Amino acid sequence: MTLIKRFIYSQKIAPYVFILPFVLVFAIFWAYPLLNSFEMSFQKVSLGQESSWAGVNNYTKLMGDTVFLKAVGNSFIYMVITLVILIPLPMLFAVLLNSKFMWGREFFKASFFFPALTSVVVAGTIFRLMFGEMEGSMINNILASINIEPVKFLKGQVTGLIALVALATWRWMGVNMLYFLSGLKNIPDDYYEAAAIDGASKSQQFFKITIPLLKPTSIYVLTISIYAGLAMFTESMMLWNGNNSPKNIGLTIVGYLYRQGIEKNNLGYAAAVGIVLLAITMIINITQLTISGMFKKEEQS
Amino acid sequence: MNKDKMMKIVLFFLFTLVCILILIPFYAILLASFKPGGDLVRYGLNLNFDLSMMSLNNFHYLFTGKHAYFDWFFNSVVLTVVQVALTLIISATVAYGFAAYQFVGKNFLFICVLMIMMVPFEILLLPLYTLTNQLGLMNTYSAIILPGIASAATIFFFRQYISGIPREIISAGRVDGASEYGIYVRLILPIMKPSFAAMAILNGMNSWNNFIWPFMVLSETQKYTLPIGLKTLLTPYGNNYDLLIVGSFFSIIPILILFLSFQKYFIDGMTAGAVKG
Repeated sequence: MTLIKRFIYSQKIAPYVFILPFVLVFAIFWAYPLLNSFEMSFQKVSLGQESSWAGVNNYTKLMGDTVFLKAVGNSFIYMVITLVILIPLPMLFAVLLNSKFMWGREFFKASFFFPALTSVVVAGTIFRLMFGEMEGSMINNILASINIEPVKFLKGQVTGLIALVALATWRWMGVNMLYFLSGLKNIPDDYYEAAAIDGASKSQQFFKITIPLLKPTSIYVLTISIYAGLAMFTESMMLWNGNNSPKNIGLTIVGYLYRQGIEKNNLGYAAAVGIVLLAITMIINITQLTISGMFKKEEQS
Repeated sequence: MNKDKMMKIVLFFLFTLVCILILIPFYAILLASFKPGGDLVRYGLNLNFDLSMMSLNNFHYLFTGKHAYFDWFFNSVVLTVVQVALTLIISATVAYGFAAYQFVGKNFLFICVLMIMMVPFEILLLPLYTLTNQLGLMNTYSAIILPGIASAATIFFFRQYISGIPREIISAGRVDGASEYGIYVRLILPIMKPSFAAMAILNGMNSWNNFIWPFMVLSETQKYTLPIGLKTLLTPYGNNYDLLIVGSFFSIIPILILFLSFQKYFIDGMTAGAVKG
């Protein structure tokens, strides 16, 4: 008994005891399901039925599946638009908020963050109703005041996307702004003072000091935004009140995974969708991290 | 000097404008919670302020009506508290293992932590679903809590925090004859206290708003959490807007109060994962 106790209490074994919960959770709830998913993607699987080997059938079928390609397109466009909006704008707001010309800094910081406190369910419900097709709904009210006919937002490809992007912008603007604000804290004031002495204008300072030194933050935000954009599902589910939007205008990759796996009990095929999503996310992020030279740094940490 | 003042006014005006845009949806749902649900169906959600249409009926229904809203509310509170407590204790312990020791396999395992942060959780929905089925955990809170109990982002944050604690404390503890676990529990945990606040809030927020995985796991109305319950009020056959809107509005309040009381910790928690210079 004391021998076991001495073993567990030894300095060599203690670290493994500390990290044991992580190893267990990682093995059971991440590595195993991921490998399982990989295996399933080469099989024909349905709950309650014997599964059979399918080779690369699921993948070849996916490549010719127009609904899947539509979903990939939707997720991709959504991701790109959210990147274009949700990186430069929050960065600009953070820089302005951080400048000495700002009144009410704490108040604005807090109120920009409020939307992030709502769940997708609540935020999605509010936006679904604001972008409702009735004449009296809020956005159509505003359009009417500038003499534009009411729009059926959630029935059209472009207008549906506008509603989705509006929702994402509303919820994430403040969060990304906070990331940039914490990045700005790490830039020493002396840099700006030195630049000012050398006669650099405010805009020169912004482009020559702020943007380059915010690079680690920008890359972090970029990485999580790529991930979040490609994996988006619940926003669309809430806006269209389910996973079925007219002509699949709101269908995303994860939405398709959900449809095949949960709604159609086509688990093998759905697993293949998941693996493709994983591959796309990894390829984009690894490329992006390599180009920006961040990869070496990450491995070292 | 005058130019500075101009700048201040312009900026203040700009931010006020953006701020109003951001707050409009909150205002809209606040207004709607005083209007009859049928009105919402007929006219949509808008900013019309019409006292003759407004009443406290929805709030009355929320507090006295026959529905499961407060069961869901209670479930969400319990689940959030339990989930946050377990996640923090376990993640802190794991983080201490990573931060305080050198051991074989450490780098590999830490890369696993980073990997979890980079793999979209959504990919695991189906295999986790089948696994949960096999383990007989369907429709239980364990299925919601267990996969996230060693949270990668939380481990990462705690590890950074512990790295900032002087090593001498640990060696002094050893000299005094404390065991490895005694050092962690009696010497390190008390020092870590401030970092717990930020992580409690970050995890609490995620847990309170968590939707898709609990939605797949829970099938019994009695066990629903608030987001799932609210979602079920939107049915294909006529929606229960009376309860949905006022319930949605009311669900924001606890987290809003938490935020306003612990704003600093929220911000620390949110930015914890961001890479530093």
